Amino acid sequence: MNDIQKNLLEQVAGLHEIPAGAYNIRANGESAGRRTTANIDIVTKTDKPGIDIIIKPGTKNESVHIPVVLSQSGLKELVYNDFFIGEDADVTIIAGCGIHNGGDADAEHSGIHRFVLAKGAKVHYVERHYGEGDGNGQRLMNPTTIVEQAEDSHMEMDTTQIKGVDSTKRVTTARLAAGASLVIREKLMTHGKQYAETDFTVDLDGEDSSANVISRSVARDESRQIFRSAINGNNRCAGHTECDAIIMDKATVAAIPEITANHIDASLIHEAAIGKIAGEQLIKLMTLGLTEAEAEAQIVNGFLK
Amino acid sequence: MLELQNVSYRVSDTDGDREILHDVSLTIDERFVAITGPNGGGKSTLAKIIAGIYTPTEGRIILDGTDITGASITERAKLGVSYAFQQPVRFKGLTVRDLISLAAGHELSVNDACSYLSEVGLCARDYVNREVNASLSGGELKRIEIAMIIARGTKLSVFDEPEAGIDLWSFGNLITVFEKLHETVNGSILIISHQERILNIADKIVVIAGGQLKAIGTRDEILPELLGGSNPGCACSVLTQKL
Repeated sequence: MNDIQKNLLEQVAGLHEIPAGAYNIRANGESAGRRTTANIDIVTKTDKPGIDIIIKPGTKNESVHIPVVLSQSGLKELVYNDFFIGEDADVTIIAGCGIHNGGDADAEHSGIHRFVLAKGAKVHYVERHYGEGDGNGQRLMNPTTIVEQAEDSHMEMDTTQIKGVDSTKRVTTARLAAGASLVIREKLMTHGKQYAETDFTVDLDGEDSSANVISRSVARDESRQIFRSAINGNNRCAGHTECDAIIMDKATVAAIPEITANHIDASLIHEAAIGKIAGEQLIKLMTLGLTEAEAEAQIVNGFLK
Repeated sequence: MLELQNVSYRVSDTDGDREILHDVSLTIDERFVAITGPNGGGKSTLAKIIAGIYTPTEGRIILDGTDITGASITERAKLGVSYAFQQPVRFKGLTVRDLISLAAGHELSVNDACSYLSEVGLCARDYVNREVNASLSGGELKRIEIAMIIARGTKLSVFDEPEAGIDLWSFGNLITVFEKLHETVNGSILIISHQERILNIADKIVVIAGGQLKAIGTRDEILPELLGGSNPGCACSVLTQKL
């Protein structure tokens, strides 16, 4: 890999070198490295682009890195990655996509990630999206995440897009069986003329399943964001969705939470708040000696921390 | 030394033109100066004018011989003015340690942040990494606000009703905090308060009512009249009721 690709890798996966554990690195549409372990197998799909990641039952404290980097202007790809997490496994999966577009043609990565969690499996899924490059070509990412959770499984998803992605549509769907739980934390910042659309749909099918979907975002300049979050309570269950956005400059943000109870014992809550940085917050930090710009940066960084 | 020279503050709103402060002159050079008077009398406005949040429509503000009337909030903070809000501000995402570090002007270790929190009676380990958000009570926020002023350690510290909401913490501790702050920094502490126990430690008491300076003097000169209710003006009857 060249230096640009190495930098992208650091931005999206925090990797300075080859990671410990299993990994699959995809660079400009081709495999740039792979390692499997005794418990984690990675297999190239034969019918379409992408890989299957198969984690054996009972695998504990192992991680899988599957970063994607694109540094070729004009490259567009659609990749299917399926994760099969065995019974009672407890693993961390770090994905992420970085695009460096120095040319005038659009560069686009669309990943469809499907997670199939067996009974009692636990997954911490970390996903970061990052774009850079001074070409006129757009940097586009459209990740789709499909989660299927068996009984008593637990998934935590941290998804972050802080910089440089011109347009993104992020779709996540999840279906939970009895006793399963899901936590999604989204952090998003858009600037310039960027557009970001988020769409979560969670079906709480099983008894005592639960979901907590939390989004914090900052929209600057003339960027636009749309946040949709639908939770369907189809059994005795608990669901909570929260969208909290700071709006700046001439940006626009729409938050559309939707909760549907299809069962008498479904307990569902939604919260949504959009507003500019409170003047008194700026004033407080200025009385500590910060300039207005420094105060604003502290507030935004803290909010997205 | 802080000097206010003929400070007036006028606002225009839907109710028309109103004067919130009229021709207030005073100097603050003592250890503890207390400003008291009825609600709505202009005390908090005066504090905000000192901190630079409001700019006076007339008059001048001099800090150690330098005219700071036109100085911004940030410039005054850097010149050594600290201001503890009457109603502390909440921040989603910023932690107690973040705010105390910003106040101190450099990144604090957990131990350093804890020592400031201990001074205001908070069990530091429970608080240092908490977000300063709606999960904290008014009393907790108030103490964190005071801890920030201690961390700043500037030559002038202004506290707007610091005792409000600290019900679980004793006045004695609050007064100890002020005394220690003075010993450490050797600066002046200006406290807006209705509380007799705070007025009791003041070297100078200023009574503001109806936007005007009604009385100014030492504790021995002012306090008996305040408590006796025989002071001229409406300030003191209201104050006595509060006490």
